[in-house]
Amino acid sequence: MNTLIIISVLPIVLLYLGLYKATKSLLPVTIIGLLVALGLAIAQWNNVALPIYHGMMMFDNFAIAFSGITIIATILILMLSKGYFDKISKHVAEYYAIILFSLAGIIVMVSFYNLVMLFIGIEIMSVSLYILAGIKKSDFASNEAALKYFLMGAFSTGFLLFGITLLYGTTGSFSLEVIRDWVLAHPHADPMFYTGIVLIIVGLCFKVGAAPFHFWTPDVYEGAPTLITAFMSTVVKTAGFAAFLRLFSACFAPLSDFWVPVLLVITVITLFIGNITALYQQSFKRMLAFSSISHAGYLLFAIVALGSGSANSVFIYATAYSIASIIAFGSLILVQQQSGSDNFESFNGLAKSNPFLAFVLTIAMLSLAGIPLTAGFMGKFFMFSGALAKYHVWLVIIAVVNAIISIFYYFRVIIAMYFRTADRTELVVPAYYKVVFIISALVTILIGVYPDFIARFI
Amino acid sequence: MTVSILIFLPVVAAVIVALLKNGIAKHAALFFSVAELVIAGLFLSKFIPDATTQFAIDVPWIPKFGIYFSAGIDGISMVMVLLTTLLVPLIVLSTYQHKYNNEGAFYGLILFMQAGLLVVFTALDGFLFYVGWEAALIPIYFICALWGGENRIRITIKFFIYTFAGSLFMLVGIIYLYLQSPGKTYDIHEFYRIGLDAKHQSLVFWAFFLAFAIKMPLFPFHTWQPDTYTEAPTAGTMLLSGIMLKMGIYGVIRWLIPNAPLGFVHWQALVMILAVIGIIYASLIAFNQKDGKRLVAYSSIAHVGLIAAGIFAWTEVGVQGAMIQMLNHGINVVGMFFIWDIISRRLNTRDISQLGGIAKVAPKFSIAFLIIVLGTVGLPLTNGFVGEFLLLNGVFEYSAYHYFNIALAAVAGLTIIFGAVYMLRMYKNVMQGETNELTATFTDISGSEKLTLCIICMLIIAIGIYPHPILHISEAAVNNLIQTIKIKQY
Repeated sequence: MNTLIIISVLPIVLLYLGLYKATKSLLPVTIIGLLVALGLAIAQWNNVALPIYHGMMMFDNFAIAFSGITIIATILILMLSKGYFDKISKHVAEYYAIILFSLAGIIVMVSFYNLVMLFIGIEIMSVSLYILAGIKKSDFASNEAALKYFLMGAFSTGFLLFGITLLYGTTGSFSLEVIRDWVLAHPHADPMFYTGIVLIIVGLCFKVGAAPFHFWTPDVYEGAPTLITAFMSTVVKTAGFAAFLRLFSACFAPLSDFWVPVLLVITVITLFIGNITALYQQSFKRMLAFSSISHAGYLLFAIVALGSGSANSVFIYATAYSIASIIAFGSLILVQQQSGSDNFESFNGLAKSNPFLAFVLTIAMLSLAGIPLTAGFMGKFFMFSGALAKYHVWLVIIAVVNAIISIFYYFRVIIAMYFRTADRTELVVPAYYKVVFIISALVTILIGVYPDFIARFI
Repeated sequence: MTVSILIFLPVVAAVIVALLKNGIAKHAALFFSVAELVIAGLFLSKFIPDATTQFAIDVPWIPKFGIYFSAGIDGISMVMVLLTTLLVPLIVLSTYQHKYNNEGAFYGLILFMQAGLLVVFTALDGFLFYVGWEAALIPIYFICALWGGENRIRITIKFFIYTFAGSLFMLVGIIYLYLQSPGKTYDIHEFYRIGLDAKHQSLVFWAFFLAFAIKMPLFPFHTWQPDTYTEAPTAGTMLLSGIMLKMGIYGVIRWLIPNAPLGFVHWQALVMILAVIGIIYASLIAFNQKDGKRLVAYSSIAHVGLIAAGIFAWTEVGVQGAMIQMLNHGINVVGMFFIWDIISRRLNTRDISQLGGIAKVAPKFSIAFLIIVLGTVGLPLTNGFVGEFLLLNGVFEYSAYHYFNIALAAVAGLTIIFGAVYMLRMYKNVMQGETNELTATFTDISGSEKLTLCIICMLIIAIGIYPHPILHISEAAVNNLIQTIKIKQY
């Protein structure tokens, strides 16, 4: 639990550092702080987990694993931020602080043991994100993104809250334990409870960007500064799914006959909308936004086929997806800085001028497309296995069709980089970026070749 | 000594070669591929040609999900390993006259692909098989797309998506079998014991069949093939036609029929007919080809159709014929594409109508070309004859319905006549007749070209005269497999 405390205190320290104009020390302090938090989380691994704070939270292995991956992803993203925020505004310390506040909310989301904490976690995370989406104060798109995100987010929170209220109304408690016991005692739960589940599904689907509640994603992802988009589409999405899974496997598993059909429909729609729309994008960034919707679809598999392996599947899939996305967004930032555009064409001929960058981006794209020997394949493999184990054969076949569609747009980048030519000068890849790229690419390959080292975590 | 040496040497070699500079990389690649061939030879010398799996390796990979790194060599795999390790050095040698930019990457990808192919041919674990299957696809995609012809972007993505689509369905099939297996493992021997009912076996059959039919390619899944063969750099075409399509045929023998025998029986007649249609269809198109490389591509579809028909007949003779014909087809087609590579490199054209009379200016070349043509059309005492004879024999023995087998064998037999017609006509138009302005500049083969063609021609004749050693390698394994997976004739 010290992890949460450190991550909550760290931003305050950063704000003071900002106050005393110690901008140089911001990044090192943040990263050291996060590493300490990570270490403390890992130290609790396999300890007997009991609900703490009067049953509000539980820091079990599930929570530790997802805290770990979100913290690591945040560190990687923050390393990409060197020199990035400075260009946007003078108040750099605030941005680091807000990102960390958001991370604190995420830690709460992955370790909640009470619906109130779920709500509070989501709100801490979301409010921080509303601000982050709009940090380019004078940029029209950034403002639009922030406003849109805020309105949609507030709306979806309403659904979530309403759902939670209905559950409270039927069971008389916010505690996951009490709700689970109530469900076990009432195999045919009453309509109010069912309505509550549906509203919670709607609220959470908004947050993770699953169709048909995805309409905010492309605009927000496109308008927000690229680094913040990276944060939203990796860390935030992972946390959303962790919370989703935690709630459903803890409380609603016995009622799966009721909500699985609902989620099945959502999953199929999400897959098709995400993939088919991504096909038509000219902008790399927008393509990534839509592809993130389709990945939400694959991640939903774990919840549709809820079982003992679900946590493992989500963990591997989210890890694979996050690190690959970090490479993609990192490269996008560099290319965007050079050419001023985020279209596919701006990647033309990158393999000639920057073989290293092109190579890691290729690994990332192969991973996102789910090609074997990359982490993305392992993620898809575990998702498909889980779904087939529950006899969702048609779902898997639809997913296969979608995986084939996704090849088109992921390979567009590879084709642009390797097979199209353009006059371009060599991009300067800063050392920090190189470190992030190398780590991410190695992890991607490592999970792809030997997933066992990560598969035994949960 | 386990098969892991065979699998991991090319991986290490690929990394080393990829880091080397232009000029050294090709020699290093040749060195490593020959070393691999020597190791394969060592395996062969210690190999006991009975039905057992030898040199096996079995270590946990993802034990939680029943996935093991489990591979081994039996008679069937041995032939495939020989095919791969023999052809890769030949292919590398055949590229010696080319100047590729970024040579290290080019040869590194070839070696990496070899590792993937060897995994496919030796894997005894469904998951490992799938990973090898895709690990062979990625390098060939990049080889074709980076060093290919003008339309390469569109055509290679089509090729990639086609094959990737097929293999994803296979993945679903493999996972399905895993979930049905009593011990929850991906072990192929467990898969064989599952015993699903006919209806579910049909589903499994189609899941695997799509992947294999696209890879071979079997009519009507062949549409990616001629374009890709034409656009790919010659080394890529050789890898695709010489080795990669055998992945599909091998898959049918090892994974498709034994895993879904009842499903296979149900669809056997259909796939036999598809194979035979493919033979005729491809032969007819080959008649009208002006581009030599394209003609060879279509002739390859026809030959593969016959191999497929021989396997789908599922008789000992037919499968044995397929085994040796895979090796022969690999050698012949590599030779054939090399011939066209030499012609197009010297004369900058592959248009048959512009050529003629090369025999007069290049006698050595014309002899090599003739031997390869004869091997391809299956003249007695060349390697093609042995394979085609056994294959047709196998098709003839397949007796599902009265007279059906005779009709099939008769139609399939046309491939020999058709093949002779278009191949010999091609030879005549290219090599004989009057030497024109263009072909007068043709210089005879020398150096690495001579060496490559010499090896190929010697193999063609040697196997044609005395095929027994190769047939003997796979005989026991094939017989055993067919005895175990006895298909009831309805």
